Amino acid sequence: MSKLLSEFTVGESGKIKAVTGEGKIRRRLFDMGVTPGAELIMRKKAPLGDPIEITIRGYELTLRKSEAACVEVETG
Amino acid sequence: MKIFALAGNPNCGKTTLFNALTGATAHVGNWPGVTVDKRDGVYKGGSEPVNIVDLPGIYSLSPYTPEEVISRNYILDEHPDGIINIVDATNLERNLYLTTQLLEIDVPVIVALNMMDEVEKAGDKIDAKALESVLGVPVVEISALKSKGIKQLMDRALAMSAQRKGTTVLKGVLDKQLETACAYYEADEVKSPLFHAVKLLESDEIELERKGAKDALEKASSGEDLEAVIADERYKYISTNLSSVKVKKADKGVLTKSDKIDRVLTHRVWAIPIFIVILFFVFHLTFSENLLFLNGFTEDMGWMPSLVDLGLATEEDGANNFGVEILAIFYDGTVYSPGVILTNFLNLFLDHISDGIVTLMENGGAAEWATGLVGDGILGGIFAVLGFLPQILTLFLFFSILEDTGYMARIAFVLDRIFRRFGLSGRAFMPMIMGFGCSVPAAVNTRTLADEKERTATIRVIPFFSCGAKLPILTAVAGGIVTAFGVGNADVITFGMYVLGICAAIVCVLLMRNTTLKGETPPFIMELPAYHLPLFKNLMIHLWDKTKHFVKKAFTIIFASTIIIWLFSHLSWNWHYLPDEGMQNSILASIGMLVQPIFTPLGFGSQLGQFGWVFAVAAITGLIAKENVIATFTTLALCIGAYAGNGTEEGIEELTGLITVITADSGISQGQFIAALIAFIAFNMTTIPCFAACATAKAELPKGQFKWTLLFWLAASYIVGAIIYTVGSWWWTLFIWVAVIAAVTALIVLRNLGKFDIISIFKRRKS
Repeated sequence: MSKLLSEFTVGESGKIKAVTGEGKIRRRLFDMGVTPGAELIMRKKAPLGDPIEITIRGYELTLRKSEAACVEVETG
Repeated sequence: MKIFALAGNPNCGKTTLFNALTGATAHVGNWPGVTVDKRDGVYKGGSEPVNIVDLPGIYSLSPYTPEEVISRNYILDEHPDGIINIVDATNLERNLYLTTQLLEIDVPVIVALNMMDEVEKAGDKIDAKALESVLGVPVVEISALKSKGIKQLMDRALAMSAQRKGTTVLKGVLDKQLETACAYYEADEVKSPLFHAVKLLESDEIELERKGAKDALEKASSGEDLEAVIADERYKYISTNLSSVKVKKADKGVLTKSDKIDRVLTHRVWAIPIFIVILFFVFHLTFSENLLFLNGFTEDMGWMPSLVDLGLATEEDGANNFGVEILAIFYDGTVYSPGVILTNFLNLFLDHISDGIVTLMENGGAAEWATGLVGDGILGGIFAVLGFLPQILTLFLFFSILEDTGYMARIAFVLDRIFRRFGLSGRAFMPMIMGFGCSVPAAVNTRTLADEKERTATIRVIPFFSCGAKLPILTAVAGGIVTAFGVGNADVITFGMYVLGICAAIVCVLLMRNTTLKGETPPFIMELPAYHLPLFKNLMIHLWDKTKHFVKKAFTIIFASTIIIWLFSHLSWNWHYLPDEGMQNSILASIGMLVQPIFTPLGFGSQLGQFGWVFAVAAITGLIAKENVIATFTTLALCIGAYAGNGTEEGIEELTGLITVITADSGISQGQFIAALIAFIAFNMTTIPCFAACATAKAELPKGQFKWTLLFWLAASYIVGAIIYTVGSWWWTLFIWVAVIAAVTALIVLRNLGKFDIISIFKRRKS
C-alpha cells in the first residue's frame, strides 16, 4: 500500500516510491537524500502539527507537510 | 602558493577543520556580490605553506542556493590546486552524495573522513582503505575536534598529482547520454566537460543558459527526465559500495543522547515554554541590572544598599577611589548581569581615556572648541558606539552557542508554522527576537536565511523590534507625559510601544511579501543536526571576527558621521564655535527648524511653535545612536531655559520642563500633544536605525537594496507616526485610515490575483 508522507502518523515507516513536485523543491529533496528506494521513518510533528521530522539515510530531516505531500511512500 | 578549497556538508566539522588548519591566519570577507562569508587562511605545518579557502557548507552543487552557486563557481572558475572534501563519517551516505559530484570535476580531490571516533564509539566500523579504492581518490581519517590526522591529510594532499580527470558514478548507466553531452562541451573546449555534461542531463538552470545547451540536452536525453535518475543512481552507487566499507553494529533501537534531548526540547507541549525561558535568560544575562532578581522583583522590594548608602561614593563626585570604581562595575545597589558588567568595565576604561585626553588638551592650552570637538564630538561619538560592543558580543555569544549546539534549528522547526503565514520560514524568528537586544547582531544573524527576499524583508523590520538603546526614549517620553499631564501609566505606554513595534513588523512583512518582495514561501527542507557541545575555540574565533568588523565600522563610517553632526550642532552659519548652551543658534538647529514643518502631520512639527524644532533635531541626532535622542533633549532643554536643574540620567524632568514650555508657548491642546509625543516615540522606533545598524544592514542586504531600505524605514515611520497622531487627536480619523488600509489591501489582493493591473491601465491610457 502506498500513501503520501504528509499523511503519515508518528512512528510509521516505509520505502519511498516516487518524488514529485516543482523543480526546486524536488531537487532539494533529492539533494537531501529523499530519493526513490530510500527508507524513512516518521519521527515527530512540531508542536503546532507542522512541519514534520523524519529519519532518512541515518540523519534527521525536517520538512513541511506541503513538501512531504510530494513524497509517495510504500508502507508495510 | 598552492590553493586548496575546503568543501563539505553543513555541520560536518568544516569550520573546526578550517580553524585547526589555519589557526590565527584566517581572514574573513564576503564573496563578491553576496553576503556569504568568505574565509581563507594559510596552513603552515607542511613542506610548503598552503592557502586554504573555506567554501560555504553545501549538500550539493545544484544551482538553487547562493552557497551552492558560489562553491561551484569557485571550483570551476578559480581552479584551486585541489579540493579537501570533508566528510562526516557518522553520516556517510548523505555526505558522499556531494563527493560523487565533486569527483566529476577535473580537479584533484582528497577526502577527509571526520568524526571517526564517534563512529567507533557507536560500535560501527568504516574501512578507509576500502573507501579509498572505491572512490579512487585519497581518503584520510581525521578528527578535526582533536586536531588528529591533520598533518597526514595535508601531506597526502600536497603529494597529489596536479592533474586529475573527472570520474562519475553514472558510468554504465547513462553512458550514451553522457557521451553526447560531453561531446557538446568538448567541442567548445570547456574545462571539466564531464561535470557540465552531468549537470546538463540534470536540466541544470545554469547549464541551460549556455548557447545551444537546450538542443544538446534534447539530443542527449531524447526528452527523458534524467534528474531523478541521476540522484537515484548516486545514492544507489553509494549504498551498494558502502556495504563493503561500513560495518554497522546491529541496530539496537536505543535512543541516542541527541534523541533524548530532543524529546524534551521539541516536546509537543513544553517546547515553546522551554524556549521562552531560554530566551528570557539570554536577555536577562545580557541586559539586566538586577541579576537573577537578587534585589527583588520590583523596585519596592529592593533591599541592597547603593554605594552612596554605604558611604563609598557621593552623589556629586561618584566613587571615592579606584577600588570603589572597580566595585561599581559589578555592584551598585543591585548586582549586574555579565553583559552589563562588561559594558561598565569598558566604559570605565574609555571614560578614563577620554578624560585623560581632555585634561591633557586643557592643560596644554587648547581652544575650547578643540577640546569640545575631540572630547564630545570624536571620542564621545566613537565611545558611545563602542560602548555597545560588550552587550552586542554577549548577546552574540549566547546566540552562537544556541546555533552551534543545534538548538536554533529546532526552534525553526517548532516555530515554522507561525512564520509561514507571513511568508517567512521559522528561521526568521531568531534575528527578529535578537532585535530586542540590538539590531547589529540581529542583522548579521539573517545569514541563516537561505532566501534573499526573506532576508531583505527580515532585515528591514528588525529595527521595529525596539532595541536596548531605544528603551530610554520610551521611558523618558512616557515619563514626561505622565509627569507633565498627570495622565496614563508610563509602564503601560512603554509596553504598548513594544507591541506596536511588533504589529508594525508583521504588517510590513505581509505588505512586502505581497508586493515588492513577492516570492514563494521559501521551502523548509532542513537537516536537524545532532546536538553537540559548542567548541570554545570556534566561539571565540567567531566573536573575534565580529569585534574586528564592528570596531572597523566604528572608526570609519561612524567616526566621520559623528564629527559631521557635532560640527553642525556646534557651529553657527558664520562658522563661529558655539558652546553646548548655544545650540539653538547652530546649523543643526536651523536645519531642524527647516524640516520641522515636515513633521506637522506627525504632531511634532509646526504646531509646537518656536521650540518645536528640538524634536526634529533629536530625531536627527538619533541617527548616530538612539541614546542621542534623550541626550539632545536634555541639552536643548537647558539651552531654551525649559529646565534649570543639574540634569537627570533618565531625562524625565527635562522632558517635563520642555513639554510645559512648549504647551505654554504654542497653546497646543493636551490631547494633541500627548498624541504627538507618542507619535514621536513611534517614529523613532520605526525610522532609520542608528549608524551601526545601518552599516550592518548595508553589508548584509543584497546589492542595491540599501537605498530602498532607507526609504522604507522613512516611509514606515512617517505613516505610523501620522496614524498615531491623527487618530489620537481626532478619533474619527480612524475610519479614514481603516478605509485607506482596506482599499490598499484590496488593491494588492486583486493585483496578485491578476484581476487588476495598474501598469496595463496606464499603458491603455497612453495608447
